[in-house]
Amino acid sequence: MALRIVSRKAQGLGFRHVRGLQSFSLPDLPYDYGALEPVISAEIMQLHHQKHHQTYISNYNKALEQLHHALSKADSPTIVGLQSAIKFNGGGHINHSIFWKNLAPISEGGGEPPKASLGWAIDNQFGSLEALIQKVNAEGAALQGSGWVWLALDKEQQKLSVETTANQDPLVTKGSAWVPLFGIDVWEHAYYLQYKNVKADYLKNIWKVINWKYASEVYEKESPCLERQ
Amino acid sequence: MALRSVLSRKGLGLGFAQLRGLQTFSLPDLPYAYGALEPAISGEIMQLHHQKHHQAYITNYNKALEQLQDAVAKGDSAAVVKLQSAIKFNGGGHINHSIFWKNLTPVHEGGGEPPKGSLGWAIDTHFGSLETLVQKINSEAAALQGSGWVWLGLDKELKKLVVETTANQDPLVTKGPNLVPLLGIDVWEHAYYLQYKNVRPDYLKNIWKVINWHYANEVYEKESE
Repeated sequence: MALRIVSRKAQGLGFRHVRGLQSFSLPDLPYDYGALEPVISAEIMQLHHQKHHQTYISNYNKALEQLHHALSKADSPTIVGLQSAIKFNGGGHINHSIFWKNLAPISEGGGEPPKASLGWAIDNQFGSLEALIQKVNAEGAALQGSGWVWLALDKEQQKLSVETTANQDPLVTKGSAWVPLFGIDVWEHAYYLQYKNVKADYLKNIWKVINWKYASEVYEKESPCLERQ
Repeated sequence: MALRSVLSRKGLGLGFAQLRGLQTFSLPDLPYAYGALEPAISGEIMQLHHQKHHQAYITNYNKALEQLQDAVAKGDSAAVVKLQSAIKFNGGGHINHSIFWKNLTPVHEGGGEPPKGSLGWAIDTHFGSLETLVQKINSEAAALQGSGWVWLGLDKELKKLVVETTANQDPLVTKGPNLVPLLGIDVWEHAYYLQYKNVRPDYLKNIWKVINWHYANEVYEKESE
């Protein structure tokens, strides 16, 4: 069988094909490591991107390769045994790829409140942006262990929700209709070097660099039947 | 009902006081100075870990227990059940960290000295050698997804040593009622990040230099009678 190598970027998850096996690569940050300061330090951004995210990708690729072999041998114990590594590392890749797009430097609109349909939906469902922020922060602060807090759109019911997931579980593990508008990483590595144990301060500050424009784009794309009452 | 005066008692290293039948817990002192475990674990980490993280678990545990007392008195089952998550997490955090401080000791006080006595023999019997046990613990700890602990435990019923992991602040007993912790290693990122950043394996490699095998052996001998 001839060796095929095709390079493609799809949905921001760079991957290439080799003999039917996709391997993923680290997406570039849309801004410099220091561009989110003083909210998130350059040191954190660099470690988070080059070490943590890269490790998820390396381990995801390794697990997928092992899965490829196990599938070809119909080795079910191995196939099933690999699911934990795939979920954890694949989830880590998915989640962090979204996260980098959820953040933007202040000079590029980071922190600017959502307008248009998402802004209206937030007011409608939560009362105000401030109420939503308080809810997200409360859920983020209360999360036990490692995980993420999400602003989610339920595509079927066309409503917004604040959800949390544990470890690197992607939002879709909470329900197949959920689409992430943005996620906030509350693993300690996301803030500890700068905020130490004070997770609440990280949560208070991160809103200054949240990219509401991107969240609005996703919302409008996934809500084709928008109408204002 | 007269207010009974506050009694101060230390039980099982978990300092607590009694007030009207409600126990409140307090932060146990470290048996060594914050910088005493350097360079294996930095003084900065030890101080934050003890004064901030462990203290927060205790504060929240006390709060949850007080709310539990009220809920039980009112027969409010919904509240009683709902509080269990906070009790498990914060009570577990208090239990686990209280053990952890005793699992560590400065090098000049025996930290890192291999276990002798009956625990040393049991380790060789069950794992082949201390090095094999250390490798097993390190590999389980490195592979742990998210936050949690890795334990060397004694199964009191089956009379054998086990390596187990628990998630978040779950105490070892959640893995089996007969399991007794001999030593635990905290692999939450706060336990190492300021010093080792993302390189958890380096933390795991170095922590053995300050592990208090003497304490682990004491627990083992006491629970093996």
